[in-house]
Amino acid sequence: MTSLLDIKNLHAGIGGKKILKGLDLTIGAGEIHAIMGPNGTGKSTLSYVLAGRDGYEVTSGDVLYKGKNLLDLEPNERACEGIFLAFQYPVEIPGVAGTTFLKAALNAVRKHRGEDELDAMQFLKHVRGKAKELGVGDEMLKRAVNVGFSGGEKKRNEVLQMAVLEPSLAILDETDSGLDIDALKVVADGVNAMRSPDRSMLIITHYQRLLGYIEPDFVHVLANGRIVASGGKELAQELEASGYAKYTDADAA
Amino acid sequence: MASKSTPLTAFAEQLDGVAATLPRQDLGWLQDRRAGARDRYRAAGLPTPRLESWKFTNLNRLPRVGFKAAALTDAPSVDSVPVGAAITAEGAVAVLVNGQFRADLSKLGDLPAGATVLGIADALASRDGLLEPHLDRISGQNEASLAALNTAQFGDGVYVHLAEGVTLERPLHVISIGAARGEPVAFHPRLLIVADAGSHGCVLESHVGAGDGAYFTNTVVEATLGDGAVLQHYKLQNDHPAAWHTATTGVEIAAKAVYDSFVLQIGAHLARNEIAAHILGSHAECHLNGTYLLRGKQHADNTTLIDHAAPESKSREVYKGVVDDQARGVFQGKILVRRDAQKTDGHQINKTLLLSRGAEIDSKPELEIYADDVKCGHGATAGELDEDALFYLEARGIDPETARGLLVEAFIGETIDEILRPTMRNALRDIVAGWLTEGRHDGATEKTGVGT
Repeated sequence: MTSLLDIKNLHAGIGGKKILKGLDLTIGAGEIHAIMGPNGTGKSTLSYVLAGRDGYEVTSGDVLYKGKNLLDLEPNERACEGIFLAFQYPVEIPGVAGTTFLKAALNAVRKHRGEDELDAMQFLKHVRGKAKELGVGDEMLKRAVNVGFSGGEKKRNEVLQMAVLEPSLAILDETDSGLDIDALKVVADGVNAMRSPDRSMLIITHYQRLLGYIEPDFVHVLANGRIVASGGKELAQELEASGYAKYTDADAA
Repeated sequence: MASKSTPLTAFAEQLDGVAATLPRQDLGWLQDRRAGARDRYRAAGLPTPRLESWKFTNLNRLPRVGFKAAALTDAPSVDSVPVGAAITAEGAVAVLVNGQFRADLSKLGDLPAGATVLGIADALASRDGLLEPHLDRISGQNEASLAALNTAQFGDGVYVHLAEGVTLERPLHVISIGAARGEPVAFHPRLLIVADAGSHGCVLESHVGAGDGAYFTNTVVEATLGDGAVLQHYKLQNDHPAAWHTATTGVEIAAKAVYDSFVLQIGAHLARNEIAAHILGSHAECHLNGTYLLRGKQHADNTTLIDHAAPESKSREVYKGVVDDQARGVFQGKILVRRDAQKTDGHQINKTLLLSRGAEIDSKPELEIYADDVKCGHGATAGELDEDALFYLEARGIDPETARGLLVEAFIGETIDEILRPTMRNALRDIVAGWLTEGRHDGATEKTGVGT
């Protein structure tokens, strides 16, 4: 009843290729869900379908978000409604300063919420504190978005954007990929600091490693385009020990 | 009469009539140069696509418009400078209306000692000795018939002289206004800049329209830089949507001098801006940069030559444009390195964003190198907006129009950053932002030129 996101029998793909084949998932307010699964089973497709990326085609099924049909909304409308996708590969945008970008994003979201837009001074004040916690200095904020950033810097920048935009549903797509252990801790601390009864998260990951730092309430196994098993956080440890073979084999049979 | 005109005969039948109206018929040197230019123009006519350098820009519709020399018509009165269309800048202002210098609209009061700015007709009337050594010296060597057409017909213009070591702190803004009502009018603005050794100055050109008729503006600029002179020369072409704009700029750069050029092409139905910069001394620098923002059925051509005729000099060229709708851009950039120009360092880049399927860019970089110890390179690209970047921006809540605007401004920003004068960067960024906003408000700017 109080679910934030309700995915029912979702079929979707790209370029005529069917990738999600009847996915069901319900996320309640304040819950943290992890989706695990082998490569090529549709984890990233799910994140792109939820964010509204062009080219991904939903052939059947429903996605209700805050009781509304999410699939009717444009990507920027979804973001304004509180959906945030932390990209697996954050995009480099030469010539657009990080502050310009983040200010445009924050003001778009604020405007949508009926809040006053922030001027440059107010914006910097708002961002600096959050940036500092994530080890993002003024210099990095002013640089062109993600240009020349290391893998760790890019992921910290994603988490900073999330902290600034304060979404209702954060989707973290392979946020641990390409991170060394120190960078992973910084990112995980940033995410944990945002845990709140008003914020749900969907963590998409191949490895259990990240879940050692960001503890989920629920773990799901995605194989061959569907959720094939669900459980508590202990399911992640079980997968770490025994691998995905049991799910993929069963599904293929 | 005009309708029978061809590229060869266009304006030719008006030459003698105009010649009779020009000032200082008694000056032998001037009459000789005018006569020579008439002969050169009569022999060639308007350029046609048969010429290699005019392959992508076709003037054959120009004669059909029936432009008549401004000197032979009653031009409408203009009593103010159109606000907003020109660059916003501090400093002195020299205004031309249909090529005629207008002291009443100009503000030349606070020039430093050693800086002279005069209307060319005024200079010819009383101080023609100032002009004789320079007028048509550079443009007279140009094969192009459009420069000859200007020399044969201009009656006025602006003369700028910076004496040795003089610094012009604030820019001089030359605003060329085209004004026509009813009858299409042709005029030939003339700008002569002489920057003596060690002088520093900034000259802006704004080309704008007043009134609502079609005009043909055919500018010639000659700029001479003495040893160690620094000339910042920035141009905004924001002419009326029905205007035809051609401009031929010739520059001579002496040793250790720096010529910093930027051209923003945004207006006119058809525009061609041609710059030939001749580096005649060593350790000089030449920067030719520019941007073209085109939509509707606009056509804009930027054709440049950087002529390295002396050793150990440096040139940089960055032209980037955005072409939308059915518009067409042309970039032709040649770097010539003569045999003696050893240790030349030259680099050129041309990049274009095509925002619609119907948009077109013809890009022709050309290196011609006769010296064997040089560093020269060029690159040209054309493409669409980066879809991944657009999605990334939208996924953060930014609407698609704003997202596109951010990416276009970032793309163009790279050329604007090349401008040496910081205040000018801001002024031109504002114009680019205005162009983007305008496109958002009227998605279909179907601006057809007269004669189409």
